[in-house]
Amino acid sequence: MNIVVLVKQVPNTHDVRIDPKTGNLIREGVESIINPEDRHALEAALGIKDRLGAEITALTMGPPQAIEVICEAVATGADRGILLSDKAFAGADTWATSTALGLAIKRIGEFDIILAGRQAIDGDTAQIGPQVAEFLGIPQLTYVRDLEVLEGKITAERVLEDGCERIEAPFPVLLTVLAALNEPRHPTVAGMLRSASERAPIEVWNAADIGAKALDVGFLGSLTQVTRTFTPKEARNTRHLEGSPGSVAAQLIQCLQEQGIRLGE
Amino acid sequence: MAVSIDVDKCNGCGMCSRSCPYLALVIEDKKAKWLEERCTLCGACLESCKFGALTGEMPTREVPDFSDYRDVWVFVEQHDGALHRSAFELIGCARGLADDLGQKVAVAVFGAEVKGQAQDLIRHGADRCIVVEDPGLAYYRTCTYTHVLGEIIRGYKPGILLIAATHLGRDLAPRLARRMGLGLTADCTRLSIDPEEKILLQTRPAFGGNIMATIVSRFSRPQTATVRPGIMKALEPDATRTGEIVVEELDMAECREFTHVLECVLQEKKRADLAAAKIIVAGGRPVCSERGIEVLREFAEAVGAEVACTRVVVEEGFLPVEHQVGQTGQSVRPEVYFACGISGAIQHKAGMDGSRYIVAINKDPDAPIFGVADYAIVGDLFEILPALTRSIKGS
Ligand SMILES: Cc1cc2nc3c(=O)[nH]c(=O)nc-3n(C[C@H](O)[C@H](O)[C@H](O)COP(=O)(O)OP(=O)(O)OC[C@H]3O[C@@H](n4cnc5c(N)ncnc54)[C@H](O)[C@@H]3O)c2cc1C
Ligand SMILES: Cc1cc2nc3c(=O)[nH]c(=O)nc-3n(C[C@H](O)[C@H](O)[C@H](O)COP(=O)(O)OP(=O)(O)OC[C@H]3O[C@@H](n4cnc5c(N)ncnc54)[C@H](O)[C@@H]3O)c2cc1C
Repeated sequence: MNIVVLVKQVPNTHDVRIDPKTGNLIREGVESIINPEDRHALEAALGIKDRLGAEITALTMGPPQAIEVICEAVATGADRGILLSDKAFAGADTWATSTALGLAIKRIGEFDIILAGRQAIDGDTAQIGPQVAEFLGIPQLTYVRDLEVLEGKITAERVLEDGCERIEAPFPVLLTVLAALNEPRHPTVAGMLRSASERAPIEVWNAADIGAKALDVGFLGSLTQVTRTFTPKEARNTRHLEGSPGSVAAQLIQCLQEQGIRLGE
Repeated sequence: MAVSIDVDKCNGCGMCSRSCPYLALVIEDKKAKWLEERCTLCGACLESCKFGALTGEMPTREVPDFSDYRDVWVFVEQHDGALHRSAFELIGCARGLADDLGQKVAVAVFGAEVKGQAQDLIRHGADRCIVVEDPGLAYYRTCTYTHVLGEIIRGYKPGILLIAATHLGRDLAPRLARRMGLGLTADCTRLSIDPEEKILLQTRPAFGGNIMATIVSRFSRPQTATVRPGIMKALEPDATRTGEIVVEELDMAECREFTHVLECVLQEKKRADLAAAKIIVAGGRPVCSERGIEVLREFAEAVGAEVACTRVVVEEGFLPVEHQVGQTGQSVRPEVYFACGISGAIQHKAGMDGSRYIVAINKDPDAPIFGVADYAIVGDLFEILPALTRSIKGS
């Protein structure tokens, strides 16, 4: 069985702070990590490998330093790692990202299962999984919190807003997973040595390697553009609400409504 | 673009080959050779040849003519024939956008039997309701719904399409966008029309809510966004509103569904964890009594919030430790954090000062919690919270 795990390097958003003067994101000293749900995706792959045997490829697209997450995946048990890195990939929206990841998966070759996190903690779109699945023309199972691999097919439990469903899909299939799925293991010392060695099974591919044209990927290949970023709110401007309890309550409800927050719905 | 090499002018100097990041230009037999399959059309080589032997043109990217795409569309989510609450919110939002553009609001609703809902959608602001009924549409299936919505879009050419950012919407929208070649903005909390360009400005939180980004889709139609539920305002239903109801017949045999639903279990909403909560109502020392917890709970229930507390409340045994916020408890970043009878110790603030809005209710006007509050209420929580509960239930 061949499994591809999509992993993304993200800033630890718990560390993300905004410069109160400039309103910019302070990136210095912010730790880079594997997107938390992607560790659960990798664990799911390793669990399948332990039980049934599998060849696991970890794939990421990112700047050169994103090799770190590939090394970590290999150190944790992935058999092979691929970093897609190229100036041409920079500034990609989810359309262009899914194009690049999809082309890379096609180049990797035969696969039965693709595992991804449901959502990355930086971009926060949760769009990559379904877009890669559609690019490859395979079924998708999103919001997966439990899964079982059977002969030639997979059954998964998907979390719905008001419950859950159990669903069965044939191979090949793409799953996006939630943290509730499993408890990720840590890299082993032997794994770390392997991933750091010169013969580590790690490759770096550029746009030409996956047959992408500059206009298909990165900023130029994107269908959306960020035109402005800003901090949700500058320093807190405390507003005092005064009066009888009833009046204070009404004022507060009104104030929050003006900020787009409606209580009680 | 194609790169062409004039072999008469080329002297095999290799400058072009060195300029190419992709090894797509090589020197063979003292002449440059272009390897099309490795070329990404990046254009890096275009200025590299001093002898005029290499020519080529960068493909340009133009904004296509979208003048025949119009109207603001809402995909209406329904479960078992009942409309999801987001539907009316999205129609309310679409109404404002359509009015700014001088266009119409159309809604698409699919299901086994949903035509009966059309009037209600019109009363809430839709001008046109496109209905597709088929037993195969009773239950949401990714590929089936993607196919049907895709066909509808292909036929009607909407300018804007809004889909709720629910689990269903976030499963459907990216699949649809990839199939139809659409830019897609996720989980928007604000939408407006750019007054000059007349395009949709889509604003959304990213980086765990630390950053807001405004995003546009200039290169594809419909401009498609998922919209966070609970943010947009539904219109008051107006029974005098009229609209058109269109029943579309589609060939369902064309859609290929790969998956098979074995079982669907609907359950009462499980208590979400604090990290994911949109609203948190937290209590401090003064809620350490049966009455105190009850007042807190009643208010939390009225606003659909999770209950949290300071360490004191855990130590006093009034709430389990999963509810503790702070340095040794959980870190939370809800949209609104109500700090009720909480002094604002640094260890507590460490877990909640990233909240979008903080409301502090405290008897002591000098309580440090007011230093991080957006809304400060000096008073007794046993009076303020019941008043809030009443106002919300009454409205
Ligand atoms: C502030 C901001 C807002 C943005 N908003 C939008 C938007 O609304 N629409 C849009 O199209 N783009 C948007 N983007 C661009 C988007 O963040 C990038 O395209 C990003 O590469 C993928 O999206 P994501 O981080 O949301 O991933 P998600 O879709 O949330 O990621 C889900 C999973 O996909 C996999 N995955 C994601 N990215 C990679 C990768 N690079 N390599 C390997 N696996 C990966 C991982 O398994 C991950 O857990 C935005 C970017 C910024 C900075
Ligand atoms: C290492 C360490 C780790 C810690 N970790 C945490 C942690 O993770 N989380 C945490 O919360 N604490 C933590 N603490 C404890 C912290 O220092 C404070 O002691 C604690 O947060 C105080 O809780 P409180 O605000 O509920 O109580 P108090 O400080 O006693 O404040 C009660 C407040 O309620 C107000 N009040 C009283 N009656 C009313 C009324 N009727 N209406 C309105 N207001 C009223 C008072 O004016 C007062 O401001 C930690 C401490 C240490 C040393």
